[in-house]
Amino acid sequence: MTSALLVVASGSIAMLQDLGRIGQQRYGVPVSGALDPVSLRIANAVAGNPDGTAALEMFYRGPTLEVAAESVRVASIGAALEVSSGGANRRAPAGQSLRLARGDRLSVGASDPSLVAYLAVEGGFALAGDLGSLATFPRAGLGGIGGRPLKKGDLLPLAAPRAPERPERRAPKWDLAPPTRVRVVFGPQDDYFTERARQTLVESEYTVSRQSDRMGMRLEGPVLEHAKGFNIASDGTAPGSIQVPGNGLPIVLLADRPTTGGYPKIATVASADVPALGRLRPGVTIRFEAVGVEEAEAARRELETQLAALRDRFEAVRRAR
Amino acid sequence: MSASQVRLLPNGDTALAVEFGERIDRATSERVLALHDRLARAVLAGVVELLPTFRSLMVHYDPVRTSHAELARAIAPLLDGLERVHPAARRWTIPVCYDAAFALDLGEVAARTGLSPAEVIEQHAGATYHVYMIGFLPGYPYMGDVPARLALPRRENPRTAVPAGSVAIATTMTAVYTLGSPGGWHIIGRTPAPLWDRRRDPPAVLAPGDKVRFAPIDRPEFERLVARAAAGEFALEAEGA
Repeated sequence: MTSALLVVASGSIAMLQDLGRIGQQRYGVPVSGALDPVSLRIANAVAGNPDGTAALEMFYRGPTLEVAAESVRVASIGAALEVSSGGANRRAPAGQSLRLARGDRLSVGASDPSLVAYLAVEGGFALAGDLGSLATFPRAGLGGIGGRPLKKGDLLPLAAPRAPERPERRAPKWDLAPPTRVRVVFGPQDDYFTERARQTLVESEYTVSRQSDRMGMRLEGPVLEHAKGFNIASDGTAPGSIQVPGNGLPIVLLADRPTTGGYPKIATVASADVPALGRLRPGVTIRFEAVGVEEAEAARRELETQLAALRDRFEAVRRAR
Repeated sequence: MSASQVRLLPNGDTALAVEFGERIDRATSERVLALHDRLARAVLAGVVELLPTFRSLMVHYDPVRTSHAELARAIAPLLDGLERVHPAARRWTIPVCYDAAFALDLGEVAARTGLSPAEVIEQHAGATYHVYMIGFLPGYPYMGDVPARLALPRRENPRTAVPAGSVAIATTMTAVYTLGSPGGWHIIGRTPAPLWDRRRDPPAVLAPGDKVRFAPIDRPEFERLVARAAAGEFALEAEGA
């Protein structure tokens, strides 16, 4: 009998994501992967997985899953967990691992205060993926389960038939609050904008629009004025590219960004701050702050150092039965 | 063009674009593709992937393993003599049915260019195209240049749904919609040839630098090839290289 998690209720929207589909951009395939890879990596670390193991990415109300395996260990970042087993209920806060037994029902709470939450399972999922990745990209039907978000009745096959007994762990304190300041590096096409537009970008407040999705975060705020039109011969995009179409309102490209684009890009969000963009809910406001490329690179190295140290700083969770 | 005219543009701290100019032309494209081949062979530490576009090569990198400054130093000596490189091209012939049932905009294109529908087809199928880049959609090839008579701006009102396989033109380019998608190009036919298959690696049949011709087919031939493609018995094969 295969070991699996049965989707009893799909929640608002949940799908499998990993650290992305690398090496296919020249064939037009978006990288996809977790909107907030830092939260994904912490969830994996707590569950006992390598960083890039695919986990569930969940928006708003989380799914309800029933354990169809001898046992399974799970960990969530960004949402609390509630388990009902034979009439008894227990809760685990976000950031703590939990071992579940056959028949247990796991309800993932709402993502809060972040936009996204992640649920990792120890050992990961036994799915083949597409083009080397389990990242779900519905537009091309890639990855996940049938290339789409979870549906009620789906079976998520588990790679490990049981979870070994060991003390549960808790992630050390990590600031996952949605940020208010976001660092950007000007370019590659800041020369397509007026000096005033460059100033406006870093001196104004922008609000995350409801029109945002995994492809891009649309922002509302002061218009950025183009200096030489808003069409360029399409070129490559990067995670965090800030493209500005004809209406002058910036769009920050996120995980499902198209590999190329034909609007000028005034700046690019520093990679250390891109994961935090995934935590921003519609309606919140942010400010951009200009940094040089060396500073952005240093910030990323610092983030990686902190993430690498995370695994040495787990706290044991005392057994409360 | 000398190496000094090339610009290395930061895209934050995870990518840099090596830009050869602002315009779309074959000479620029050849330099982009030549640099792509050089960098692919050079295997620079920390380079994650390379993406050739019309006029620049995007170099995606891992800022933990390398840096913009380090890559700029490594790339500079590779920019000389790119115009002398002529990568061997693969040649493809893509069957296209220009039947009115598929060619949603053929009449309009004919009217706007002052050609008859038959002349539009003759012009489109009479040229050899260069694959500049793949983008917009998985496997979507930007191919040029279309004969000057056929060059039209994109549609003012993009369609919300263009069927997969649609062959379209806009500005100096022609393309095939590899997946159903919204789109603003003029649709003049449909190909039964699968140009995208997620089970293959690489998943896209065409690659930048390939040369493409279109061969008109009639409706019965289209239906026959669709059936063969569905049965896994029809795949395009390249000549040369």
